[in-house]
Parts: sequence; C-alpha cells; structure tokens
Amino acid sequence: MDTDIGALTVVFTEFYYWITVALMFLIHVGFCMYEVGASRQKNHLHTLLKNTMLIPLVTITWFFFGWWIYWAFAGGPGITGGIGHPDPSFAEASVPWSEGMGPRLDDRITGVFWAAFLLFAWTAASIVSGAVIERIRKFAFWMIAILIGSVTWSIDAAWGWSYGGWMVEILGYHDAYASGVIHAIAGGCALGVLVVLGPRLGKFAPDGTPRDIAPHNAWLVCIGLFMIYTGFWGFYVACNVPVATTDFIAGEMTGVTQTATTIYLTPTTLGAITMNFLMSLAGGLMIGYMVSKGDAFWTYSGGLAGVITASAGNDLYHPIQALIIGGIGTAIAYKMHFWVERRFKVDDAVGAVAVHGYAGFWGLVIAGFVLWGHPSSPYEGFATISPWGQFIGAIIMFWVLGFIPGWILAKILHGAGQLRIPREVELLGLDFGNMREAERARQEVLSTEQAAL
Amino acid sequence: MSTTPLDNWAVDLGDVTLIYPFVGQEKLMVIVAVVLWIAWHIWQVKFENNTYKEDIEKHATSENLRKATSGEL
Repeated sequence: MDTDIGALTVVFTEFYYWITVALMFLIHVGFCMYEVGASRQKNHLHTLLKNTMLIPLVTITWFFFGWWIYWAFAGGPGITGGIGHPDPSFAEASVPWSEGMGPRLDDRITGVFWAAFLLFAWTAASIVSGAVIERIRKFAFWMIAILIGSVTWSIDAAWGWSYGGWMVEILGYHDAYASGVIHAIAGGCALGVLVVLGPRLGKFAPDGTPRDIAPHNAWLVCIGLFMIYTGFWGFYVACNVPVATTDFIAGEMTGVTQTATTIYLTPTTLGAITMNFLMSLAGGLMIGYMVSKGDAFWTYSGGLAGVITASAGNDLYHPIQALIIGGIGTAIAYKMHFWVERRFKVDDAVGAVAVHGYAGFWGLVIAGFVLWGHPSSPYEGFATISPWGQFIGAIIMFWVLGFIPGWILAKILHGAGQLRIPREVELLGLDFGNMREAERARQEVLSTEQAAL
Repeated sequence: MSTTPLDNWAVDLGDVTLIYPFVGQEKLMVIVAVVLWIAWHIWQVKFENNTYKEDIEKHATSENLRKATSGEL
C-alpha cells in the first residue's frame, strides 16, 4: 500500500473477492428456491430452514477450524510436508484466536478471501441438502453440513485446490473451477448419506420400480437453477487470483508482466473462463434437453451439469472443447442418475448426486485426457496433468472424502436415532404442526372479526 | 483510554495494524463462541425431538394420517 499501483492492486483485489461473495449469495437463494419447489407443500418450511441454517453453522465452524484446515493440511500432513506446508505462517495466522483473523489495516485480503472460501463451503453443504429433503432431521443434516462444509471440503481444497497441495505436486491434479473439490465430493457425500437414510415413503413400488414424486412447483425449481447459474459467476471468478506478477508467483516463470491465475497460480484469463463457462452451459443445456426429451427440470440441471463437468479444465479448454465436454458430462449424469435409482433404490430427490457428483467425477477424468502433459503448477518438480492423476483425484474426491465420511456420519446418526424423522411425521408432513397452528390462529381472527360485525 | 489499540488518529497510518477491541483476549472470545455453538446444538436437538414428539401426540391420529395419505390435507 506504499505506492499508488500497490495500493490499487490491493484495493482492487479486495473489492474483486468482495463482489464474488455477494454474487455467490445467489447460489443460496437458488438452492432454497429449487429445494422448496421440489418438496411437497407439507414440507416447505422444514426444507427452507434446513438449508438456510447451514449458513450460520458452516460459517462459525469455518471460522473455528475450516479455514485453518485449509492452510494446515496441504502437505497431507505427512505426504509432502507437515502441518502448514509449504508456509506454516499461513496456518499459524488462520487459527481462530490469531490476530490475523481480526480486522487489521495491514491486511485487507484475508477477510474477503476467507469469505470466498466460506461461500464455497456453503455450496458444498447445500448440494447435499437437496438430495435428502422430506425425511432427514434438521440436526442430522446440520451435522453433515458441518462435516462437508468445514472439514472434508477444506481438506480436499488443501490437498487438491491450493498452490502447495500434495495432490497437485504428486498427481498433477488439476481442478481449476472445482469439478471435484466442490461437486464430486458433495455428490459423493450425498450418496453416502442417502444409502443410510433410505428413500421417501412411497418412492418405490413394492416391486422396486421408482415412482416420480414430482416437484410441487416446477417453475420455482427452474428459476432456482437459473439463480444458481447466476451465482456461479461469482464462484468462477472467486477461483482466480485476479492480478499476479511473476515475482509474486515465485515459480519458474520469468518476465515483467502480470496475469490472472488459477488457485494453483497457473496463468489464465477472465476472458477464457467466461467463454468456457457459457459454452459448457450451452452444451449442458442442449444435451440435457435432448436426453430428457424436453423435461424442464433436467434441461436446467443439464446446464449446471455441463458447467460442472468442464469446470476442472475451463481455465485452459478451447470453447468448443468446453461445449462438447459439458454435453458429454450431462448425458452421463442423466443416464447414471436413473440407473443408480433403479439398480440401488437410491432416492436422490433433486438429482444432486448426478448433477454434482457424477458430472464432477467424469469432468476430472476427461480433463486428464484433454489436458494431458500440461504443467499443473508453476513450480519445479510438480507432476504434469495426466489421466491417472485425475482418475485417482476423482476417486479421492467422490469416494474417500465424499462418500465414506458421509456414510460413516449417517450411520452414527442413524444408530443414535437422530437421522430420519419419525414415520408419522413423514406421513403428515414436516410442517403439519405449524400449518395447524396457523389455521387455528386464522380461524380465531375470523371469528373475532365476525363477532365485531 | 480505549478498548481498541487506538485512542486518537494522530498516527502514521502505515504503522496501524489491529483495530478491533480487546486485543489479547482472542482465546477467551473463541472459548465463549465455541461454548455458545455447542450449547445451541444441544438446545436444538432437544427442541427438534420434542417437536416431533408433540406433533405425533397431538396430530398423528388415524383420521389425520388417513387424510394426509389420501391427499385430503
């Protein structure tokens, strides 16, 4: 801040991340709209609050330990380095009692960077929320939200979504806009929970044939998904470092120039990711419309699946590649959703495992082939991008950090009788008591008004 | 006297770092916040379980269940 250009760079970066945070709020507006739209009328308030309250709970736990995990676990620990690898000062500054966590005039970036990461954490938790509607207890979901939002996503980001992550160094893992580190892990976690939670009553016929529990308001669902697209702009932009010199990157690059970079500090441009976001969205929408034969919900979901599939490499793809990859991922996600539903009797109420989990998983794998040999990092000694590195990375995201922790926590909650709502409440509807109280109050007011005539 | 590290702005701004109140009490603040967080969950799980119990006692009559499952409610 001691030169005009230095001050401008800092203030621009601060404002840049702040804008992304404001935009990413729209992801949550969208998730709430589409979950409520997908639920039946008797479960609206519960569905809305279940999602909304993950916001404060993930926020405070992100402050307590999620942020620290990100800075502490990049090396494993014990794989490429100990706690705080490669620069322990970041981890030390990220414990909740650190002076680095409070307002200070010599650091304008930590707060907005913390918030951008937190909004990713909300997104990961919110993805799980949609899959489990209409039968999970709030307490259970909020425990799961804290697990994925403030623990497992933070670990995966440290491992595979940081400039010093061991997965980047050893596997050449590349996931610039979070196909795996947000979407595959959240889809995997949702699947792990769903396996224990079980389907909604009536979802499957006695012979195992799945029944359609249609959204009560398809319009609200689709506009919710449109809102998520909008918030996704903030998500994409937040994945970049807006301005970096080669001195700041301090890698193998030379030259007196500046660039935007990915989280790995590899150069890209906002222009590149903007074109690729739109082209992968287009590919997803077109194929979503085609494979679902014009179903509105799956067309919109297809748009999202398209972006998610291409996200791993959207810093580098040609727009035509982003278009095709988005389309391929959407077709895979759609087909896998219905296959898993029929084969394993998994009731994923909003297709979250498919749109986020399967699309994210295959997006990572595809990136391994399309970006084969590209340097994953500006630093010497890091592996290049490869199909095997991406495949192992996809397994780690979906299964190791997604499915397994979700399944274990769901089992614990189930064992304690705290996972699923009572059968009678599920039949009556989670809002039954509230609706009765509201009706009783309405009748009282009407009676009073009639008496006043 | 100030709760913050500053009691006037007659300073070289380049030297100013922390600006929040009660610097040095961060660990205590974290302990208070963690206790509040855990207490909230304990209250919430009890509240939620009681709500289900009350809903079942008050509303889960065979008539209501029949109406709910036949689409009359």
